[in-house]
Amino acid sequence: MERILEVKDLHVSFHTYAGEVKAVRGVNFHVNRGEAVAIVGESGCGKSVTAQSLMKLIPTPPGEFKKGQILFNGEDLIKKSNKEMEAIRGKDIGMIFQDPMTSLNPTMTIGNQIMEGLIKHQGMSKAAARERAIELLTMVGIPQPERRVTQYPHEFSGGMRQRAMIAISLACSPKLLIADEPTTALDVTIQAQILDLMKDLQKKTGTSIILITHDLGVVAEMCDRVIVMYAGKVIETGTVDDIFYNPQHPYTKGLLRSVPRLDLNRDEPLTPIFGTPPDLLKPPVGCGFTARCDSAMRVCQQYDPELTDVSSTQRSACWLQHPLAQERVGS
Amino acid sequence: MIRYLGKRILFMIISLFLIITVTFFLMHSIPGGPFTSEKNVPDEIKKSLEAYYGIDKPIGEQYVDYLKRVITWDLGPSFSEKSSTVNDVINRGFPVSAHLGLQAIAIAITGGITLGVIAALRHNKWQDYSAMVIAVLGLSVPSFILAAFYQYFFAIKWGLFPIAKWETFEHTVLPSFALSALPMAFIARLTRSNMIEVLAQDYIKTAKAKGLNTIVITVKHAVRNALLPVITYLGPLTAGILTGTFVIERIFGVPGLGREFVLSITNRDYTVIMGTTVFYSIILIVMVLLVDIAYTIVDPRIKLSDAGKE
Ligand SMILES: Nc1ncnc2c1ncn2[C@@H]1O[C@H](COP(=O)(O)OP(=O)(O)OP(=O)(O)O)[C@@H](O)[C@H]1O
Ligand code: SF4
Ligand SMILES: [Mg+2]
Repeated sequence: MERILEVKDLHVSFHTYAGEVKAVRGVNFHVNRGEAVAIVGESGCGKSVTAQSLMKLIPTPPGEFKKGQILFNGEDLIKKSNKEMEAIRGKDIGMIFQDPMTSLNPTMTIGNQIMEGLIKHQGMSKAAARERAIELLTMVGIPQPERRVTQYPHEFSGGMRQRAMIAISLACSPKLLIADEPTTALDVTIQAQILDLMKDLQKKTGTSIILITHDLGVVAEMCDRVIVMYAGKVIETGTVDDIFYNPQHPYTKGLLRSVPRLDLNRDEPLTPIFGTPPDLLKPPVGCGFTARCDSAMRVCQQYDPELTDVSSTQRSACWLQHPLAQERVGS
Repeated sequence: MIRYLGKRILFMIISLFLIITVTFFLMHSIPGGPFTSEKNVPDEIKKSLEAYYGIDKPIGEQYVDYLKRVITWDLGPSFSEKSSTVNDVINRGFPVSAHLGLQAIAIAITGGITLGVIAALRHNKWQDYSAMVIAVLGLSVPSFILAAFYQYFFAIKWGLFPIAKWETFEHTVLPSFALSALPMAFIARLTRSNMIEVLAQDYIKTAKAKGLNTIVITVKHAVRNALLPVITYLGPLTAGILTGTFVIERIFGVPGLGREFVLSITNRDYTVIMGTTVFYSIILIVMVLLVDIAYTIVDPRIKLSDAGKE
């Protein structure tokens, strides 16, 4: 399978008054063509920073790309100049943000906001871009698109705005779409509609999707693979089945126990993960989960486990996967 | 929209009426009168003068008379300049003041916005700091000191511009800049803080994610949104410029309405004080209405009527 995106050992820090916040501390993952990949993990674990790094939307300063590679179509985006990135943003990679109420410009018509990218990347005339904008609005299920193109965001409801946002991000048919909690700000019925729309559009356009979400139900429904992040690192990856039915990392297991699931035993009580993630100003040397992990061993505090293959599709970063630990668990 | 405007105009008339009433009685409650300084005027003549101008009548009657005349835009004769009426004084002084004021407003707006935008784009860099030093100076140095400073350097030392008087375009330069300093500084600070706020908004990130370059993002997405609050300031700005002209016109010997107003107060020239006050109030009230209308044009979210959306 062709890898459209490969992130290798990405480190991103923010320089603040309090010191260096190591928001992303060595992230590795890849996305195949046409695939939907979920990134899950607790609040503050670096999902948004990772996502925005992929488009180099992190303001530098205060941000800094310390290390690593972001290979998109084989080219390293970290090395690209701002000018080169401008040609990629919106054209090859599209992005949908969390809050449709604030991510659209309130003083510009929806039509113009869709047309901007088309005019810039595809050299369309204004008239052609308008035609295409109407087509896109139709595609994302907005009724009366001819009238809607001339309207302003405040004339749209939240769900409609997110549809418009999707139209903007898909305007130039990007190869990769990054959606950072695209439904968190919407109410439940609208959430389902937006997700259906995204699923539908992915089928039609064949775009790869990176979906950031807290909702494991959404992951199960929409995605092929899952990336679990914790404290600025990827701690487990695998197919949806791997992660849901055969989680290896104690954090992933905890995460699954902490949310209600329709597919598993309903009598099992929900158990939240106790404690808080480590402070990224002073990240621990060992495994970031040590303080909260039931199976923590002495080695966990001193050495950070690397991602190791569990199966051909699944990888996990935990000392329990180490051959010696396996022996002990086995005995 | 029409209904809204009708309502607004009705309120404007009511506030104008209140302003006239308050000024009238305040002015008459101050001891002294227009003829007190002319000491050697015999009592008889003074009496007949007062009778001529109607200030011997009871104050209530004077008030009603005045209101009647104001409605027909007859502001009465001037006490100190016997040959001209208040209308003459306004017709003479206002064009000059308006010229000076408009030039100052133009400088304040273009200069203020430019400084503010540059400062925001270069947030916490030297350009930001220098722009804000200029702004703080503009806000804290009183205009008469600034005016004297301009006169000393640009007129006396370097001879670039005439020191005073109101004849050619060169004569208008120094007073215009002196008058614009305060509002320019204010606009610069307002623009800067709004720009910094707008640049941190999500929709700016959306614009970046579309691949637009910094210039397009600044001009098309940021500045327009950052300027909305600046438009609200245009009402008070006019007020500031108006009161600013009182000082600046005196210093630069500009024959404008501001100078007439100041003179009329020292002369206790009742009708001129009243007339210019009424005139200034009208300008201010109309400006505020215009600003509100302008706001609805620039910000699509705001509608004048309370009818709501379709
Ligand atoms: N501009 C910034 N300056 C300093 N620290 C930052 C900045 N942006 C993010 N961080 C830090 O980086 C870490 C990761 O943030 P990020 O927004 O990626 O979390 P997240 O996983 O997206 O969380 P959420 O689920 O709440 O969206 C956090 O600890 C945050 O405090
Ligand atoms: S490495 Fe140790 S502390 Fe970390 S998750 Fe595995 S067992 Fe727990
Ligand atoms: Mg986030």
